[in-house]
Amino acid sequence: MTPLIEVKALSVGWDGVPVLEHASFDVGDGEVFAILGRSGSGKSTLFRALVGLEAPLDGSIDLRGVGAPRLDGGRPAFGVMFQGGALFGSMTVGENVALPIERWTTLPRRAVAAMARGKLRLVGLEDAEDKLPSELSGGMVKRVAIARAMALEPSLLFLDEPASGLDPVTAAELDALLVTLRRSLGVTVVLVTHDLGSIVGIVDRAVVLDEGEKRIIGTGSPAELEESHDPRIHAFFAREVEPAAPSETS
Amino acid sequence: MRIGDAAPFWRAVIDAARDARGGKLDIDLSGAKVVDGAIMSLLVDVRADLDRRGVASKIVGASPQLAPVVELYETKGGGSDSEAKPAVGLVERVGRGTGALVDAARHLVLFTWELSFSAFDVLRRPRKTDLARIPSLAEQAGADGVSIVLVLNFLVGVIMAYQSSKALRMYGANAYVADLVGISTTRELCPLMTAIIMSGRSGAAFAAELGTMTVEEELDALRTIGLSPQRWLVLPRVAALVLVAPVLTLLGDVVAVVGGGVVAALSLSIGPRAYLSELHGSVRASDVWTGLVKSAVFGGAIAFIGCQQGFATTGGASGVGRRTTSTVVTCLFAIVVIDTAATVLFRALGR
Repeated sequence: MTPLIEVKALSVGWDGVPVLEHASFDVGDGEVFAILGRSGSGKSTLFRALVGLEAPLDGSIDLRGVGAPRLDGGRPAFGVMFQGGALFGSMTVGENVALPIERWTTLPRRAVAAMARGKLRLVGLEDAEDKLPSELSGGMVKRVAIARAMALEPSLLFLDEPASGLDPVTAAELDALLVTLRRSLGVTVVLVTHDLGSIVGIVDRAVVLDEGEKRIIGTGSPAELEESHDPRIHAFFAREVEPAAPSETS
Repeated sequence: MRIGDAAPFWRAVIDAARDARGGKLDIDLSGAKVVDGAIMSLLVDVRADLDRRGVASKIVGASPQLAPVVELYETKGGGSDSEAKPAVGLVERVGRGTGALVDAARHLVLFTWELSFSAFDVLRRPRKTDLARIPSLAEQAGADGVSIVLVLNFLVGVIMAYQSSKALRMYGANAYVADLVGISTTRELCPLMTAIIMSGRSGAAFAAELGTMTVEEELDALRTIGLSPQRWLVLPRVAALVLVAPVLTLLGDVVAVVGGGVVAALSLSIGPRAYLSELHGSVRASDVWTGLVKSAVFGGAIAFIGCQQGFATTGGASGVGRRTTSTVVTCLFAIVVIDTAATVLFRALGR
């Protein structure tokens, strides 16, 4: 696959203190790519750097055709779904999804609403158009957030913990939605997740971060990672307590 | 020994350990049938303290039934390896405080810069600003706050008239109550009272709303769809308060003068006609408009501070609470500073 994202020797952190160093990986066009790791391993910081919300301490991120991700007020080259959905509480579901369309097109209001409804239909929530985010369940909030992220038809979608806080059935429904988006629309998906069901079911490739070493300790398909000899990766996939003293990396 | 025995046990252990210097100390559990986690936590702490004082300690005599709990706490508690956190010294505290201050200043400068840039850019690209929200924000800050503004400013007029009535009566200058109430309320008291009310209502509301949006990642979401939070959220709020504050102040001026008039009639036997006539002769247009200009500046400052504090929120719900409180305090401080500067400036300009 052609790389859509190339990350080279990337270091990210807070206040100059790195939480992840020398990370290098690429994401192919049309892939579903996962960033895995325990709490504190730098997943969220890496995610924020990938979408341009945090500047890297070192290294580079290259989005094909765009260069480094920058949120400088221009039309976004990708869609982003945040962990809690981050829907605007004062707007209805329909208005949330319509906001990026209103901002970046010159369509009349009716057409914007039609496009927003189309996105809501895609995630199975066309009936929730006039509801406020506070009236939705956790799974519905996440689906609306995906609809908003898809509003401008991006070819690249970043999702932060899409399955967190959801029951297994709702999480599986969300996974099915991502598979549909990828298959029908050719969307590349980069997601941060802990959910093993998602990793095994829909992810093509993944990187595993380690909070102790502050590095990527494994890259590959879920099957390859499951077979890894690295005890930390093995422990992650087997849901075991991690060994105290890691001895090797893969 | 269980958690219910912890208090006497703690005193006994501390007394036993107090005089231990050098050498070693065995903690004998052979007489204990049951030891729960609470008691083990205390023992681990005492052992760490002994270790720091150079006393090697050891738990001995634990029965096979107690061994698992002893082992669990010895492992997890760190035993003799644990060290007390060093106390933070004065220099470090000053350093941390200075660092926090520098960080806050940096945040403020960045926020001001981005807002200034956004304000100029609005003229070029108005679609990037949520101008349609200005009327509803103005309504929330203005119409919804009218009643309290009217009541408090009326009472300010009443207070001013009452406070001055005794002295004025003494000198036979009853009619001058109109001068006193009119000038003091229009130039100073109504803009101040209105700004204080707006700090508590609108400033705090902006900080809480934007603070919640910050911790819920809504500001990040705005950025990722290509909208500047400063342009989209801050500018409409600043514009709304700049527009609304003078209107509220003007209404406040009117009711304060009415309040003074009521006291003048009831307490000083000054009729409405005489009161208004004296008012007309003493209160100049510049008294009113300097007050209105000040209140517009107060409004802008309150919105700016509320939004800036909201944007700087970290740490979830408690962070929102801290920033809301901080907003009100900062607004009150800023209002007095701005008022002082404005008074000096208007005096220098002959107003």
